[in-house]
Amino acid sequence: MSLLQVRRDRVTFRLGKPPVSGRFRPRLVLVSVVLAVVALVLFCVGMTIGDVPMSVSDVLSGLFGGSDSGNGYIVQELRLPRALTGLLAGLAFGASGAVFQTITRNPLASPDMIGINAGAATAVVAGIAFGFGGGLGTTTLGLLGGLLTALLVYALAWRRGTTGYRILLVGIGIFAMCTSLTDYLLSKAQITEAQASIGWLVGNLANRGWEHVVPLLAALVVLFPLVLALSRWMSTLLLGDDVAAGLGTPVQPVRLGLLLAGAGLVAFATASAGPISFVALTAPQIAQRLARLSSPPITASALTGAVVVLGSDIIARTLTASPLPVGVVTGALGAPLLLWLLARANRSGSGG
Amino acid sequence: MTPSLRVQDLRVAYDDRVVIDGLNLDIPPGRITAIVGPNACGKSTLLRTLARLLTPESGGVYLDGRSIHDLPTRQVAQRLGILPQSPVAPEGMTVADLVGRGRAPHQSWWRQWSTSDEGAVRAALEATELTDLADRPVDELSGGQRQRAWIAMAVAQGTPVLLLDEPTTYLDLAHQIDVLDLVVDLNRAEGRTVVMVLHDLPQACRYADHVIAMKAGRIVASGSPAEVITESLVDEVFDVRCQVTPDPVSGTPMVIPISRHHPAPVN
Repeated sequence: MSLLQVRRDRVTFRLGKPPVSGRFRPRLVLVSVVLAVVALVLFCVGMTIGDVPMSVSDVLSGLFGGSDSGNGYIVQELRLPRALTGLLAGLAFGASGAVFQTITRNPLASPDMIGINAGAATAVVAGIAFGFGGGLGTTTLGLLGGLLTALLVYALAWRRGTTGYRILLVGIGIFAMCTSLTDYLLSKAQITEAQASIGWLVGNLANRGWEHVVPLLAALVVLFPLVLALSRWMSTLLLGDDVAAGLGTPVQPVRLGLLLAGAGLVAFATASAGPISFVALTAPQIAQRLARLSSPPITASALTGAVVVLGSDIIARTLTASPLPVGVVTGALGAPLLLWLLARANRSGSGG
Repeated sequence: MTPSLRVQDLRVAYDDRVVIDGLNLDIPPGRITAIVGPNACGKSTLLRTLARLLTPESGGVYLDGRSIHDLPTRQVAQRLGILPQSPVAPEGMTVADLVGRGRAPHQSWWRQWSTSDEGAVRAALEATELTDLADRPVDELSGGQRQRAWIAMAVAQGTPVLLLDEPTTYLDLAHQIDVLDLVVDLNRAEGRTVVMVLHDLPQACRYADHVIAMKAGRIVASGSPAEVITESLVDEVFDVRCQVTPDPVSGTPMVIPISRHHPAPVN
C-alpha cells in the first residue's frame, strides 16, 4: 500500500511494506531542478567563449565527436577542463558553505570567513613565492593548507567540546593571521612571483587542465554523499547543541565529520580554482531564500554555487577586452546580491 | 512502563572545579519533581547530567538500572527528553517544523515520516494549544507561545521522562502559570515523570509533588513541599530569613522573605 499526501508545503509519501516513509518540499525540488538546468546551460555557453568563437552546437559536436577534429581538440582539451573546474568548484563551495553555516548556526560562518580559504592561500603563496613547497604542486599545497587550517580552528575552539560560536570566533582570528602571513610573504617575494601569486589568489579558472578536474571530482564523489548522509543530523544541530544531544544526535562526532567534509570540499576546490571569494558565503543564502527555508539546503546550495561560478566566469570573460579572473566578478556580484536579499527579507518581515 | 531514574555517587566537575560530589538521588516515577536552590548550587548541572549533556567524573545516572552514559544516545533520547534553558530556533522555522524535529530519535534513513510521527506532532500541537499557530515562524511568537512550542517539541519526542531547565525564565507571570499548568497536564494525562529546575519557591511548591533543595552541590532536603520548604531550610539553603504560611489558594507552603527594610512584625 502506498500513500501520497500533500499538506501545507510538504508532500508525504509512505509505503506499508517495507515501512518506508519520507517528506519533501515540492518548492525545494523545483528550485533545485531549475538551478541544475541553469547550471547546465551556463556550463555549455561558457565553452563557446574563447579565441575561436563557437556556437553551442559546435561545442556539443566537439564534446561528443572525436578529439581529432579542430573543435574536438579545443573543446575536450582546453575548454571542458576549465568549465568542469568551474562547475565542480562551484558545487563544492556552495555545499561547503551550507555545511559551515549550519553547524555554526551562523550565516557569516562560511569557510571563506573562518580562514580555510585563507589558510590554503597562505600555503600556496608560500609555495609559489618561495618554493617552500618542496616540489609539491599548487593543488597539494592548497589542499594541505586548507585542511590543516580547519583542524587548527577545530582544535583551538575545543573546550570540553566545541560550539558553533567558538568556531566562528577562532576562525575569524585564524583568518586574520593567515591573511597577514600571506601579505607578509607577498611583500617579501620577487615581483614576478608576487604577481603569479596574486593571479591565483583572486580565484582563477584560466588554463585549467584535467589535472585540476580529476582530484576535485574525486573529492566531490566521496565527500558530497558523506555530507548528505550527515545532513539528517544537521536539522537537529540547528536547534543548538543541547537540544540536538537531547534528540539523540551524537553532536561532537557529527560536527567534526561535517567540519572535515566541508573543509575537504573547500580545500580541493581552492586547490583547483583558487580561493574564489563570496561563493561559499552567498550561494547557501541565495538557495535558502529561493527555496523559502529557515536553513540552507545542501543540494540547492551546491547548484547555486555552480551557477554563480559559471555565470561569473562568463561575465568575467565577456565584459572587458582582456578576461578578468572569475574571483573579481564573484566578489563584485555576490556581495550586492546578498545585501539585496537581506534588505528584501527585512522589508517583508521574515528577517535576514 | 514509567522508567526509574536514579543517581548514584555522582561527581561532576568542570576541569578541576568540583560542582557535585557524592550525590545520590531517586526521582519518583510518574510525579513532578522540582529542584530548587540558590544560584550556582549545581541544580542546572544536576539536570544537565541527568540528561547526559554532561559526563560525570565518577558515579552515574541510571535509567531502569542501566547507565545512560553507556546506552546509545538514540535509545536514551527515546525515553528521556530535555528542554534546555532558553533555546533558540533558527529564524523563519515554523512551529510545525520545530515540533517535527522532536521525532528525530524515532526516525531512520528509510522511516523519515511515519504515521506515528504525524500523530505525535498533531497530538503535541493540540496539547499545547498551538494547532492554529502551526505554520507561524517560531521567532514571531510571543515569549509564552514560543516556550509552549519548545515544550510541544519535547512532548512530540514522546518520552516517559521529561527534564525542563528553568522553563519559566524570562516569561511574564501569565505565561509562567500557562507553562506550569501545561506541565501538570502532561504529567496527569500520560503519567510522564517531570523533573524541572525552578527559581520561584511558591511556584515549585504549588506545581511539584516532590521538591529537592540543593546547596553547594549537595541535596539538603527532599520530600513533599510541606516537608521540605520550612523557615529553617530556606534560611539554611538561601541564607534568607522568612515566614512560611500556607498559600491561600493552593494550601501549599508560601515563602514570605524578611529583609532589612521589611522586618518580621512583632505580635
